[in-house]
Amino acid sequence: MIVFDQVEKSYQVAGRAIPALHPTSMTIETGEVFGIVGHSGAGKSTLVRLINKLEPSTGGRILIDDEDITRYSAAELRAFRRKVGMIFQHFNLLSSKTVADNIAFPMKLAGIYSKAEIRSRVDELLARVSLSDHANKYPSQLSGGQKQRVGIARALACRPTILLCDEATSALDPQTTQSVLKLLADINRELGLTIVLITHEMDVVRRVCDRVAVMDAGRVVEMGPVSEVFLHPQHPTTRDFVFESENVDRDELQEDLQKAEGRILRLTFKGESTYKPLLGSVARESGVDFSILSGRIDHIKDTPYGQLTLSLVGGDLEVAMKALEAAEVHVEVVR
Amino acid sequence: MEALMESLMGNVDWAEIGWASWDTLVMVGMSLLFSVLIGLPIGVLLFLTGKRQLLEQPVAYAILSFIVNLLRSVPFIILLIVMIPFTVMLIGTSLGVAGAIPPLVAGGAPFFARLVETSLREVDRGIIEATQAMGANVRQIIFGALLPEALPGIIAGITVTAITLVSYAAMSGVIGGGGLGDLAIRFGYQRFQTDVMVITVALLVIFVQVLQMAGDRLVLYFSRK
Repeated sequence: MIVFDQVEKSYQVAGRAIPALHPTSMTIETGEVFGIVGHSGAGKSTLVRLINKLEPSTGGRILIDDEDITRYSAAELRAFRRKVGMIFQHFNLLSSKTVADNIAFPMKLAGIYSKAEIRSRVDELLARVSLSDHANKYPSQLSGGQKQRVGIARALACRPTILLCDEATSALDPQTTQSVLKLLADINRELGLTIVLITHEMDVVRRVCDRVAVMDAGRVVEMGPVSEVFLHPQHPTTRDFVFESENVDRDELQEDLQKAEGRILRLTFKGESTYKPLLGSVARESGVDFSILSGRIDHIKDTPYGQLTLSLVGGDLEVAMKALEAAEVHVEVVR
Repeated sequence: MEALMESLMGNVDWAEIGWASWDTLVMVGMSLLFSVLIGLPIGVLLFLTGKRQLLEQPVAYAILSFIVNLLRSVPFIILLIVMIPFTVMLIGTSLGVAGAIPPLVAGGAPFFARLVETSLREVDRGIIEATQAMGANVRQIIFGALLPEALPGIIAGITVTAITLVSYAAMSGVIGGGGLGDLAIRFGYQRFQTDVMVITVALLVIFVQVLQMAGDRLVLYFSRK
């Protein structure tokens, strides 16, 4: 468990303290995939670096499994860092070392593993990230996705309990992003390790995270389960991110809504109700006519969801809304 | 044919040329060795104590940087003369091959240190950060990540230093340093034996070309980018 207790960070620039993170308290549970989303400069990169003290905090306490890491000595910190893996946007592999040597590097630094142990662990990790055929290649000979998989294998080498991902998919194409995210989800499930992932893409959060914190200008402005934050965003920044990820042009949407007749409802289906043939039966029972203004069906991590914006005319609206709510559909009246 | 050679290169004593070439090789080789041994740690220190680096130490950096600049700003021909008392103290003579080596190192080491500093700065900061995140200490970061990553740049730096030392070594002939430079000055310049001058210059050109080619090969061999 990672606990932030009034943690803050500021930089001294020309004698003045510039805040990068305002006092923040939050808890990241063991074994969850926690996303931190925000625009560049929002402070998410700083936040994630506080966890392994690549950036020292300037106030508050950071408790990891009940130990305050802000008070660690240099030696304690180095031992602690071996238990925290990290992957990076630009992979940060050593260009002078082969794939196998890159993966072995953290184990060699730790100085507590025998050569045989290192060799067998490297083989195991290479297989885990499907790169066994590339053991003796150099990073420059690999594609971006392969490089990030080496990064992941390297981060896992010393069997960490926490994995920090700093924009790990931002330099990858959509398809490669998919496969890297799938690998991260598998690792989280199979090894039970806590993943803290920062990104500026809500889509990444939607695919793998359990909970998410949205950051804006050095503050966490919204936090909660991904389905909650994603389907019912409260803060303007969060809304921006959600709209962005759904490729919705807000002005266009407003225009469409203005043209529509009658009442406008936004329905959110989650889990099993997503697949039920609900709309037809509700329309028949209540006598309303509906037209779909916009809609989307997708997954949040493993849970299917659907979101439809409808305009309704005629019939008994009350009955229709009751029937929808009875079927566990979240109904929001837009107009 | 022999007559032609005799009329063109009458003054050339090939045995002398051979010895002088060997002397130049020894001077460059030895001074390069010591320049690297002294310059490499200074370059690493310059890098580490620099702004926003691992061991940021503005005072230490300023002092080191000043000494390096001082040695580099003195023209080598002056450095040769200024160093004479120190060289005598160190090895007993300021003449010959041995006497030339201390001033060559005094000129070569700070030059190489700057090249090392520059090539270390070219190492991606992300790699240092990643190595830190793995729990490496400073020594491990230097030997495990920084130096291996900067190796091609450092080898290129050794090549440039070696070539600079060839010309410095030739210059040391002015104060009786030995080698091809000494030959060029005593025979080519002072006795107007143009043929000796041409031969020594040609040999120096060949020497530099070979060094550069070997250096480039090595850089290529160690480059993984």
